[in-house]
Amino acid sequence: MATTTGLESLVDQIISVITNDGRNIVGVLKGFDQATNIILDESHERVFSTKEGVQQLVLGLYIIRGDNIGVIGELDEELDASLDFSKLRAHPLKPVVH
Amino acid sequence: MLFFSYFKDLVGQEVTVELKNDLAIRGTLHSVDQYLNIKLENTRVVDQDKFPHMLSVRNCFIRGSVVRYVQLPPDGVDVDLLHDAARREARGA
Repeated sequence: MATTTGLESLVDQIISVITNDGRNIVGVLKGFDQATNIILDESHERVFSTKEGVQQLVLGLYIIRGDNIGVIGELDEELDASLDFSKLRAHPLKPVVH
Repeated sequence: MLFFSYFKDLVGQEVTVELKNDLAIRGTLHSVDQYLNIKLENTRVVDQDKFPHMLSVRNCFIRGSVVRYVQLPPDGVDVDLLHDAARREARGA
Protein backbone atom coordinates (compact mmCIF):
# COMPACT_ATOMS: atom_id res chain seq x y z
CA MET A 1 0.00 0.00 0.00
CA ALA A 2 1.38 3.39 -0.93
CA THR A 3 -0.30 5.26 1.89
CA THR A 4 1.18 4.76 5.35
CA THR A 5 -1.17 3.54 8.00
CA GLY A 6 1.32 3.81 10.81
CA LEU A 7 2.21 6.83 12.86
CA GLU A 8 5.52 7.52 11.04
CA SER A 9 4.17 10.72 9.55
CA LEU A 10 3.31 12.08 13.00
CA VAL A 11 6.70 11.61 14.64
CA ASP A 12 8.08 14.88 16.08
CA GLN A 13 4.71 16.51 15.52
CA ILE A 14 2.29 17.71 18.18
CA ILE A 15 -0.50 15.22 18.63
CA SER A 16 -3.65 15.09 20.69
CA VAL A 17 -4.43 11.70 22.20
CA ILE A 18 -7.83 10.65 23.48
CA THR A 19 -7.47 7.78 25.92
CA ASN A 20 -9.99 5.08 26.70
CA ASP A 21 -10.73 6.65 30.07
CA GLY A 22 -11.67 9.90 28.34
CA ARG A 23 -8.56 11.96 28.94
CA ASN A 24 -7.09 14.29 26.36
CA ILE A 25 -3.29 14.42 26.35
CA VAL A 26 -1.33 16.70 24.04
CA GLY A 27 2.38 16.32 23.35
CA VAL A 28 5.12 15.68 20.82
CA LEU A 29 5.15 12.14 19.43
CA LYS A 30 8.61 10.66 19.91
CA GLY A 31 7.99 7.02 19.19
CA PHE A 32 5.45 4.25 18.70
CA ASP A 33 5.19 0.53 17.98
CA GLN A 34 2.81 -1.98 16.37
CA ALA A 35 0.62 -2.10 19.49
CA THR A 36 0.19 1.71 19.31
CA ASN A 37 2.18 2.17 22.50
CA ILE A 38 3.45 5.73 22.20
CA ILE A 39 6.07 8.01 23.72
CA LEU A 40 4.98 11.60 24.22
CA ASP A 41 7.38 14.39 25.09
CA GLU A 42 6.53 17.75 26.70
CA SER A 43 3.02 16.53 27.21
CA HIS A 44 0.13 18.12 29.04
CA GLU A 45 -3.41 17.06 29.80
CA ARG A 46 -6.38 19.19 28.83
CA VAL A 47 -9.15 18.87 31.35
CA PHE A 48 -12.60 19.81 30.04
CA SER A 49 -15.36 20.79 32.40
CA THR A 50 -18.72 22.53 32.28
CA LYS A 51 -17.95 24.82 35.21
CA GLU A 52 -14.75 26.48 34.01
CA GLY A 53 -12.53 26.74 30.95
CA VAL A 54 -10.09 24.06 29.91
CA GLN A 55 -7.39 23.40 32.51
CA GLN A 56 -3.94 22.39 31.32
CA LEU A 57 -1.91 20.08 33.52
CA VAL A 58 1.76 19.66 32.76
CA LEU A 59 2.76 15.99 32.55
CA GLY A 60 6.18 15.93 30.84
CA LEU A 61 7.52 12.74 29.26
CA TYR A 62 4.87 10.05 29.02
CA ILE A 63 4.51 6.56 27.68
CA ILE A 64 0.93 5.56 26.93
CA ARG A 65 0.08 1.92 26.50
CA GLY A 66 -1.66 1.17 23.21
CA ASP A 67 -4.53 -0.68 24.88
CA ASN A 68 -5.53 2.58 26.50
CA ILE A 69 -5.49 4.73 23.33
CA GLY A 70 -8.61 5.68 21.38
CA VAL A 71 -7.72 8.42 18.94
CA ILE A 72 -4.47 10.08 17.93
CA GLY A 73 -5.05 13.38 16.20
CA GLU A 74 -2.53 15.56 14.39
CA LEU A 75 -2.79 18.95 16.08
CA ASP A 76 -3.00 21.91 13.71
CA GLU A 77 -0.93 24.49 15.60
CA GLU A 78 -2.51 27.49 13.88
CA LEU A 79 -6.01 26.27 14.58
CA ASP A 80 -5.03 25.41 18.11
CA ALA A 81 -3.58 28.88 18.74
CA SER A 82 -6.82 30.45 17.53
CA LEU A 83 -8.91 28.67 20.17
CA ASP A 84 -9.75 30.38 23.42
CA PHE A 85 -9.53 27.53 25.87
CA SER A 86 -10.57 29.67 28.82
CA LYS A 87 -14.02 29.96 27.22
CA LEU A 88 -14.43 26.32 26.10
CA ARG A 89 -16.94 24.41 28.21
CA ALA A 90 -17.76 20.78 27.73
CA HIS A 91 -18.45 17.61 29.59
CA PRO A 92 -15.40 15.40 29.89
CA LEU A 93 -15.42 12.60 27.29
CA LYS A 94 -16.99 9.38 28.39
CA PRO A 95 -14.75 6.38 28.88
CA VAL A 96 -14.69 3.80 26.09
CA VAL A 97 -17.08 0.94 26.81
CA HIS A 98 -16.18 -2.22 24.89
CA MET B 1 -8.98 -10.32 5.88
CA LEU B 2 -12.26 -9.75 4.08
CA PHE B 3 -13.10 -6.52 5.82
CA PHE B 4 -9.53 -5.32 5.57
CA SER B 5 -9.72 -5.62 1.77
CA TYR B 6 -13.16 -4.15 1.83
CA PHE B 7 -12.06 -1.05 3.73
CA LYS B 8 -9.04 -0.70 1.46
CA ASP B 9 -11.44 -0.36 -1.46
CA LEU B 10 -13.22 2.45 0.38
CA VAL B 11 -10.10 4.61 0.66
CA GLY B 12 -10.81 8.13 -0.54
CA GLN B 13 -14.48 8.01 0.38
CA GLU B 14 -16.20 10.08 3.04
CA VAL B 15 -17.11 8.02 6.12
CA THR B 16 -18.32 8.62 9.66
CA VAL B 17 -16.66 6.60 12.39
CA GLU B 18 -18.57 6.22 15.62
CA LEU B 19 -16.41 5.41 18.61
CA LYS B 20 -17.17 3.41 21.72
CA ASN B 21 -17.16 6.64 23.73
CA ASP B 22 -20.04 8.02 21.60
CA LEU B 23 -17.77 10.41 19.74
CA ALA B 24 -18.51 10.41 16.01
CA ILE B 25 -15.85 11.62 13.58
CA ARG B 26 -16.47 12.31 9.91
CA GLY B 27 -13.69 12.48 7.36
CA THR B 28 -12.11 11.11 4.22
CA LEU B 29 -10.79 7.58 4.63
CA HIS B 30 -7.03 7.79 4.15
CA SER B 31 -5.92 4.28 5.07
CA VAL B 32 -6.68 1.13 7.00
CA ASP B 33 -4.39 -1.56 8.39
CA GLN B 34 -4.72 -5.18 9.45
CA TYR B 35 -6.09 -4.22 12.89
CA LEU B 36 -8.71 -2.05 11.15
CA ASN B 37 -7.04 1.00 12.62
CA ILE B 38 -8.36 3.88 10.53
CA LYS B 39 -6.76 7.09 9.37
CA LEU B 40 -9.05 9.96 8.43
CA GLU B 41 -8.29 13.26 6.72
CA ASN B 42 -10.18 16.56 6.89
CA THR B 43 -11.93 15.36 10.01
CA ARG B 44 -14.65 17.07 11.93
CA VAL B 45 -16.50 15.84 14.95
CA VAL B 46 -20.19 15.37 14.18
CA ASP B 47 -21.46 17.14 17.32
CA GLN B 48 -18.80 19.83 17.85
CA ASP B 49 -20.76 21.72 20.49
CA LYS B 50 -20.96 18.69 22.68
CA PHE B 51 -17.46 17.46 21.84
CA PRO B 52 -15.04 20.37 21.34
CA HIS B 53 -12.14 18.11 22.31
CA MET B 54 -10.82 17.73 18.78
CA LEU B 55 -11.41 21.21 17.39
CA SER B 56 -7.81 21.68 16.28
CA VAL B 57 -7.45 18.22 14.75
CA ARG B 58 -7.76 17.83 10.97
CA ASN B 59 -6.14 14.42 10.46
CA CYS B 60 -6.42 11.55 12.84
CA PHE B 61 -5.61 7.95 13.55
CA ILE B 62 -8.38 5.91 15.18
CA ARG B 63 -7.45 2.69 16.92
CA GLY B 64 -9.47 -0.21 15.53
CA SER B 65 -10.35 -1.42 19.02
CA VAL B 66 -12.42 1.68 19.84
CA VAL B 67 -14.52 1.72 16.67
CA ARG B 68 -18.19 0.92 17.19
CA TYR B 69 -19.58 1.67 13.71
CA VAL B 70 -18.31 2.91 10.39
CA GLN B 71 -21.03 4.68 8.44
CA LEU B 72 -20.41 4.26 4.72
CA PRO B 73 -21.59 6.22 1.71
CA PRO B 74 -24.62 4.40 0.25
CA ASP B 75 -22.91 3.91 -3.11
CA GLY B 76 -19.74 2.66 -1.40
CA VAL B 77 -21.19 -0.79 -0.83
CA ASP B 78 -21.50 -3.39 -3.55
CA VAL B 79 -23.74 -5.72 -1.59
CA ASP B 80 -23.62 -8.56 -4.13
CA LEU B 81 -19.86 -8.47 -4.29
CA LEU B 82 -19.56 -8.47 -0.51
CA HIS B 83 -22.08 -11.28 -0.27
CA ASP B 84 -20.11 -13.46 -2.67
CA ALA B 85 -16.84 -12.69 -0.93
CA ALA B 86 -18.33 -13.53 2.47
CA ARG B 87 -19.65 -16.87 1.15
CA ARG B 88 -16.32 -17.68 -0.43
CA GLU B 89 -14.53 -16.96 2.84
CA ALA B 90 -17.05 -19.03 4.81
CA ARG B 91 -16.38 -21.96 2.49
CA GLY B 92 -12.70 -21.52 3.22
CA ALA B 93 -11.75 -20.93 -0.40
